[in-house]
Amino acid sequence: MSDGEQPRAGNVVPETRLRENGKKAGGGNGDNSNDMDRRALFRVGVTAAMAVGSVALGLGLRTRDGHGKSKTLPKLKDHRVDKIQGAVEMAIVRGPDAAANVRRAVEAMGGMGRYVKRGERVVIKPNIGWNRLPEQAANTNPDVVAEVVKLVAAAGASKIWVTDVSVNTPEQCFARSGIEKAAKAAGATVVRPDAPAFREVDVQGKLLRTADILFPFVDADRVINVPVVKQHGLSGATMAMKNWYGMLGGQRVKLHQNIHLSIVDLASMIKPTLTIMDATRILLANGPTGGSLADVKQMDTIAVSSDEVALDAFGASLLGLLPTSLGFIVEGMKAGLGTPEWRNLKTEELGG
Amino acid sequence: MFLWLRRSYQAVFLIFFLFLVFASTSRFIRGYDVQWFLEIDPLVALTTALSSHTLHHALVWSLPLIVLTLVFGRFFCSWMCPMGVLHHLLGHLGRKRKVLQRVEQNSPRTSHNIKYAVLAVMVGLAAAGSVQIGLLDPIASTWRGLSVSVLPAASNTASGLYQGERHFQWGTLITIVFFGALALNFVYPRFYCRVLCPLGAFLGLLSKFSLFRISKDISRCNDCDVCGADCQGAADPMGTVRATECMVCLNCTKGCKRGGIAYRFLPALKLSKVETDLSRRKWLAAGLVGVASVPLARASDGVDPRPNPARIRPPGALDEPDFLGKCLKCGACMKVCPTGGLQPALAEAGLEGFWSPILIPRIGYCEHSCTLCGQVCPTGAITHLKVADKVGEMPAKPPVRLGSAFFDKGRCLPWGYNTECIVCEEVCPTSPKAIYFKVETITARDGTQKTLKFPYIDLDHCTGCGTCENRCPVVDRAGVRVSAANESRSPKSSVSLTGGKI
Repeated sequence: MSDGEQPRAGNVVPETRLRENGKKAGGGNGDNSNDMDRRALFRVGVTAAMAVGSVALGLGLRTRDGHGKSKTLPKLKDHRVDKIQGAVEMAIVRGPDAAANVRRAVEAMGGMGRYVKRGERVVIKPNIGWNRLPEQAANTNPDVVAEVVKLVAAAGASKIWVTDVSVNTPEQCFARSGIEKAAKAAGATVVRPDAPAFREVDVQGKLLRTADILFPFVDADRVINVPVVKQHGLSGATMAMKNWYGMLGGQRVKLHQNIHLSIVDLASMIKPTLTIMDATRILLANGPTGGSLADVKQMDTIAVSSDEVALDAFGASLLGLLPTSLGFIVEGMKAGLGTPEWRNLKTEELGG
Repeated sequence: MFLWLRRSYQAVFLIFFLFLVFASTSRFIRGYDVQWFLEIDPLVALTTALSSHTLHHALVWSLPLIVLTLVFGRFFCSWMCPMGVLHHLLGHLGRKRKVLQRVEQNSPRTSHNIKYAVLAVMVGLAAAGSVQIGLLDPIASTWRGLSVSVLPAASNTASGLYQGERHFQWGTLITIVFFGALALNFVYPRFYCRVLCPLGAFLGLLSKFSLFRISKDISRCNDCDVCGADCQGAADPMGTVRATECMVCLNCTKGCKRGGIAYRFLPALKLSKVETDLSRRKWLAAGLVGVASVPLARASDGVDPRPNPARIRPPGALDEPDFLGKCLKCGACMKVCPTGGLQPALAEAGLEGFWSPILIPRIGYCEHSCTLCGQVCPTGAITHLKVADKVGEMPAKPPVRLGSAFFDKGRCLPWGYNTECIVCEEVCPTSPKAIYFKVETITARDGTQKTLKFPYIDLDHCTGCGTCENRCPVVDRAGVRVSAANESRSPKSSVSLTGGKI
C-alpha cells in the first residue's frame, strides 16, 4: 500500500476525475485502483464489524434456559445483641408521661447503650399505617417515637431512620400521625415508602420466600420495633410481631390467607435488636384502623423487651385476650422466637 | 422596552401557573388557592352562572379581569394566559422566515371566526344547563394536560419522587388533545388562539369597548406591512386594526420605524375595526345549536334514567344535574387526589360527563379524612366539606356517602374459595366498621371442619370510599366492589328505607 500514498503527496488529482477513472474497469492507472481497493476494504470491514457485533450482542443477551438470569438476593443481618446473664429481660413502666416511661423502661433494660453502639446505623419502626390523629391510637404515639429517636441519638448512632409502609396515603399518614414532625425534630431521617425505597430480599420463611422491603431494614446495623397495641379482626391483635408487615411493599394483602404463619416468617427474618411497645393508648375495637375515640383506652404503659413473643403476650392481656388464643403467638413460640409466659422472664415493673 | 415588560409578565405568569400545578398535591398544598387562574377566567364565571344561576364565591376574581379587559383590551392572551405563553413560544414552529411570508401568515382568515361560533355554542350549552367550556378553555385545558398527562409521565419516570404512581384511564386522549393543540402551531403561529379559543373570543368581544387600543397614524404609514410580521392575533395591523383580534402583544410597534402604529389611549374609533366577521345569523345559529344540544343529548342518555354504577362522584359533589352545570373537567380534583383514584370519565357519566371526575376504587380509594378535591374545585361542583361533616358521627350524623360496597361472593376468597382473608374488614375506615364478619364453621372439600371469618356489609355505615375494593387481593375485578347506589348527594339514589339515618 505504500506506493498508493505517493499520488496524494505529489500530484493532486481532482476528486471527480478520480471517481470517473475508478469506475472504468481496469481503465485507470495503478494508483486509482489502489484507492478503490481501500474503499472496498473499508466497506467489507464495516459490514464485518456489524455482523460480529450483532452476533456478539445476541449471544450476550441470550438466556440459558429461557427464564432470565438468576440472582442471589440479600438476606437480613441478625440485629440482636448478646444476652447478659441475669439482666432484666422485660421492663414495664406505667406513668402519665409517655416519653418518661420510655426513658425509664429502656434504662431498666440496661440503657440504650447496651443495644446501640457508637457509629451504628439504626432503623426505628413505628406503626404509621393509618391516616389518623395520635389520639385515635391507630398509629404509634409520636412522643414515644421521638423519645426513642433521642435515646438512639444519645447512644451515638451515626444514622437514624424512621420508616413504615403505610396502608393509607403515606404522606397523609406520616403527617397526621404526628410522627414525621416529631421524629424529624428529634433528629431522625424519615423515609417515606416511595417506589425507589424498596429492595428485594430473601425471607427463607416457611411460607414466604422473597419480599420487597424498605431499604433501611437491609442497611441498618440495629432495628428497633416501636409498635402500638391494637385489636385486629383477622389475627385477633396487632402488636410487635404483626408490625413487621409494615416493612413490606408489593402485594402484602395476600399474606392474610395465612396470617399467623406469615407474621412469624417476617418476625423470624428481621430479628430486631429491641422492641419498645407503646401502650400509652390502645385500640380495643374496630382495629387496626379505629377512628372513634370510644374505641380507645388510655393505658399509659410502655413495655420493652427483646422477646417479641413475650411482649405480644403482655399486649394481648391488655386487650383482654388470652395470649395462647392468638395463632401467631403460638406459632412464634414454636419457631423459637420467645415465650408467651412473660411472667417467667426477669421482669421489672415500675410506676402505676 | 414594552416588549421586555410583556415577556417578563409572560414568564412570571407561566412560572406562577406551573408552581400552582406543582403545589397542587397533598404533600404541598396547604391552604394555597391553587385554582386562581380558573377563578379569574371570566368565561368560567359566565358559563357556570348561566347554568346554575349563582356565582360561586371564588369566581368574583374574574370581575377584575373583565374590567381590565374593558380598559386595556385582550391583553390577557399575550400577557397572562399560560397556554398563550406556550403558544407564543411554540408559534416559532410554523413561523416563516421572510417578512412578507409572515405578514401573509398573520393575515385575518375566515377560519378565525370559528372561535366565536365555539363561544356561542358553549354559552348556549351553559344556558341550557350543561357546562362544557372546560373542554376548550385554555386554562382548564392546560391544567388538565399538565396534571393528567405530562406530570404523571414525568413523576412515574422519576420513580414517583414527586407523587406516587399515577395512571389515568385513557389519559392518552388528553395527551393527544393537549399536544395536538400545541402542534397546531406548525400550521401557523397561534392557530389554537386564533381559531378555537373560546376565552380569547370572549375577551375579544369585551375588547370592542377597550379604551387603550393599537391604532395606526395613517399619515406616517408607508404601507411597508412590517407591523404584521409578528402580529400574534392576526389583527391586521397592515389594514384596519381589529380590536377583537388584537392580543396587545405590541410586536407591531417594534417593526414600525416611523412611529406609525402605537398603543394609544382613546384613538379615533374609525381607526379600529370592532365587529367580528361572524354574521349575526351564524352567531344565532351557533347559540341555538348549543341550547338545543342539551335536550337532544339528554334524550339519548339522560342524566339519571339509568344511573351507571361506575359513576361514583367525589365526596361533596353536587347532585348530578347541578354537578354537570358546574364541573369544568379541569382535572384539579384528579390532580390533588392523594390516592389518584379520581379519574376522567369516559362513558360512565354519559356524553355530557366526558372527562368529569369519577372515583375508580380499583385505582385509588377515597381517603377517609381527606377533602382536598372540594378544596381545589374552582366552581363549587364539589363542595368544600369539613372533615367532620364528611366522616359524620353515627348514629346521630350520617357520613357523606359516595355509594356503597357490595360483595361478589363468587370472587370473594372466604365466600367463593373458603380461604381466610377479610382484608376488606381490616382496612374499612369507619367506626364501627361497615364491613364486619361472622365466624362460621364449614365442611371443607376433604371433609374436615374449617372455621372461617365471613365478611358482611352494613349499609348504614358504608361510605362507599372503596378502600375495600382497592385492597381486595383478587387483583383484577375485586371480590367487593363499590357502586354509586346509596350515594348521599342524591335522594333518589338511596337504597335503604331510612336513608342511612338510624
